[in-house]
Amino acid sequence: MWKKMIWNESIECASREEMRKIQSDRLVDTVQRVYQAVPAYRHKMQEAGLVPGDIGSVDDLVKLPFTTKGDLRDNYPFGMFTVPMSEIVRIHASSGTTGKSTVVGYTRKDLSVWAEVVSRTLMMAGVHREDMVQIAYGYGLFTGGLGRHYGCENIGASVIPISGGNTEKQLQLMQDFGTTVLACTPSYSLFLAEEMEASGLKREDLKLRVGIFGAEPWTENMRREIEAKLGLKAIDIYGLSEIIGPGVSCECEFQAGMHINEDHFIPEIIDPETLQPLSEGTVGELVFTTVTKEGIPLIRYRTRDLTCLNFETCLCGRTLVRMEKCKGRSDDMLIIRGVNVFPSQIESVLLEMSETAPHYLLIVERENNLDILKVMVEVQEQFFSDEIKMLESLRKKITQRIQSTLGISVEVKLVEPRTIERTAGKAKRVLDNRKM
Amino acid sequence: MIAKQVSVFLENTSGRLNEVTHILGEAGVNISAFSIADTSDFGVLRMIVPDPEQAVTVLKANGFSVQTTRVILMTTPNKPGTLAKALQILSDENIFIEYLYAFSMNEESAVVVIRPTEIEKCEEVLARNGL
Repeated sequence: MWKKMIWNESIECASREEMRKIQSDRLVDTVQRVYQAVPAYRHKMQEAGLVPGDIGSVDDLVKLPFTTKGDLRDNYPFGMFTVPMSEIVRIHASSGTTGKSTVVGYTRKDLSVWAEVVSRTLMMAGVHREDMVQIAYGYGLFTGGLGRHYGCENIGASVIPISGGNTEKQLQLMQDFGTTVLACTPSYSLFLAEEMEASGLKREDLKLRVGIFGAEPWTENMRREIEAKLGLKAIDIYGLSEIIGPGVSCECEFQAGMHINEDHFIPEIIDPETLQPLSEGTVGELVFTTVTKEGIPLIRYRTRDLTCLNFETCLCGRTLVRMEKCKGRSDDMLIIRGVNVFPSQIESVLLEMSETAPHYLLIVERENNLDILKVMVEVQEQFFSDEIKMLESLRKKITQRIQSTLGISVEVKLVEPRTIERTAGKAKRVLDNRKM
Repeated sequence: MIAKQVSVFLENTSGRLNEVTHILGEAGVNISAFSIADTSDFGVLRMIVPDPEQAVTVLKANGFSVQTTRVILMTTPNKPGTLAKALQILSDENIFIEYLYAFSMNEESAVVVIRPTEIEKCEEVLARNGL
């Protein structure tokens, strides 16, 4: 039975005026805090001729300078933190653009805000305290596992913290424990479905009811396929570690856009070229300002995700603004099995190795519903050996270096020199053959 | 005797071997013997040609990764058991072989191309045993 519930009705169904008031008050406070505590923010605001007093409401948001992943990198690891380390109780990290991670820190209050926003998203998805939730996202530095975990406990659901991988066990526990909710990447859910078929398990043998899928882009076609194969309602959830992790926004039962927890994360859509704000319904780059975070508040953080906003009240009764499924990126970041991959990371690995030149081509394929990253690397004259085992060991060495930098497995293929296309302008480094 | 073998790195794509042979044919390079070592991704074409320097120049000009490797050319009678005898000698002397391939010259003799780890020692051992 589908129980319709709203976790925090006074916020999720607040009028636009009420929401504006909440956002404005919190924004004013956040700007004060970062100006005082973070030199990087203070300098940027001073350069723009701003003092905290200039920001009086959300209308003044557009005056503030943007924050990018580059700022986080320049202040690696903790330079953007607003509170002393004694206040930080948890650290998460995701891959950065040049090998350095993007590091985020949470205070005790941040963790409770995180549990709150994830609780809301679970209720949006129709999950309640009777549910058995199998969390097949990685636990660890990645925010996917732990972030959902505490939200699920918060609403009183039963959590199976199985983490990623180990497909056989996933299926066994799903059957033995009567899992009703599956949380993983959409591609992994399809992989599970295939393994299910292969092992003779039928969707009727399972009690799956809801799937909460995120951390990578997926299409409506994939949604239909997942729903048919697993016999569940497939809900899209969005988040990024810089903002908080999973729980930034999520679809409700009507699957008509993801409701943004905008009392915590104020969204804007900008033109990635001119950086000017775009009107409702226009596709552009999504920008967030966090207004309750203590550990690492972010002002006008450029997510690089392309989407648009819809402020209409939803059929579910929520007034929280909705964002559409992300339509792409305004940079060259790839999301492979939930992990952020920047071509520049691979380039830096190749540059560090004397045997390789930074000529490479990344090919992303979806095979058996799992993303495969292939890296084509040119064999250079000087290190070409006529002994296969030397070439194989070189291939292994490159593979290991790239894997340890990216944190995901890759297939390295050695190709002949000068076969990877050179262009005068921006080199074509990526062939994404996944059908999105 | 020690000779220079020409090795070419080849991706496992159709037509690449054809290209190499075509280029060499155009340049008038005769291939006396060759072998291909392959993995799922790439292969290495190894050749014995009369003028290795010329082959290297031509192939490099066409953008191939080329290398020369010193190998041993061992001429043996084209009769059953002779290769076994030669290999036994090398084995007894603890000489490791990276790879080898062979071709028949005619009814009387065959040539075995050997790439040992220690080429001088291998040559000396073979000479000592009259091979």
